[in-house]
Amino acid sequence: MSASAIIFYIISAFILGAGLLAMTTRKIFRSAIWLLFSLIGVAALYFWLQVEFIAAVQIVVYVGGIVVLIIFSIFLTQQSGKEMPRQPVKRILFSALAVLFGFGLTFLQIWKYNFQPTTKTFNWTVSQIGTQMLSTAKDGYALPFEVVSMLLLAAMVGCIVIAMKAPAATNGKPKSEELEIIKKREQEEITVTKISELL
Amino acid sequence: MSDVPMSHILFVSTALFFIGMYGLFTRRNMITMLMAIELILNSVNINFVVFNKYLYPDKLDGIFFTIFIITIAAAEAAVAIAIIINLYRSHKSIDVEDATEMKY
Repeated sequence: MSASAIIFYIISAFILGAGLLAMTTRKIFRSAIWLLFSLIGVAALYFWLQVEFIAAVQIVVYVGGIVVLIIFSIFLTQQSGKEMPRQPVKRILFSALAVLFGFGLTFLQIWKYNFQPTTKTFNWTVSQIGTQMLSTAKDGYALPFEVVSMLLLAAMVGCIVIAMKAPAATNGKPKSEELEIIKKREQEEITVTKISELL
Repeated sequence: MSDVPMSHILFVSTALFFIGMYGLFTRRNMITMLMAIELILNSVNINFVVFNKYLYPDKLDGIFFTIFIITIAAAEAAVAIAIIINLYRSHKSIDVEDATEMKY
């Protein structure tokens, strides 16, 4: 077993252990931190596969963006030191069984199919990736790129609209002003009628 | 690198997918369910990169799919957290069992 294989098994044990702890620990903040370690492990796996660009994107977007967003939302909505309520044993048992059988079935298929890698080598530079992504020729990904940019814009606008506080329509101030105006008008009407009676 | 068979890498991604699935089944807190979805998307990304690198090294489609999935995961997490914070404002809780107004 070479050093590369040993590094791969260490990385994969790290990913799976951190992921399992993230899904089973009962303190929500620890769960977010284990998720962070698991995502760093996935980035390390990309480095091991020598796709450095994807590894960099993984670190920047997941570790630097999404996990920080999740931690902020935990601080905004939860008491992070408190443990989450224990789930019923029946639910845990049956979901574990379903997951184990699903895993067994899927991995049996993969094992039986026995994927054979080709002998060709994978050597693309980042500039080649960028050029092909933005090209409009065959195998170019310019249209999905534009669609995804529109999706990001729509998601940003949607986030702002959803998270905005509802406008204060039934606040105290305008109502009392309206009441005062109504009272003044009634008084004026009364005086007008009195004056007309006197006349 | 060639001394690690491809099925071992696929074992890692499959196991990560089903760990996320287990979290999605057992957790009832919206933020932890969102974390489970992030794990599932990561396992799919590993699969795309591995298939691209080992089976079709002369193409780049798997890399592009991975980049688009990461982008959409970021947008999805942002929208989900906006919804969670809005729900917390109106219900004072982000447990899925407490938000059943639209159920029946």
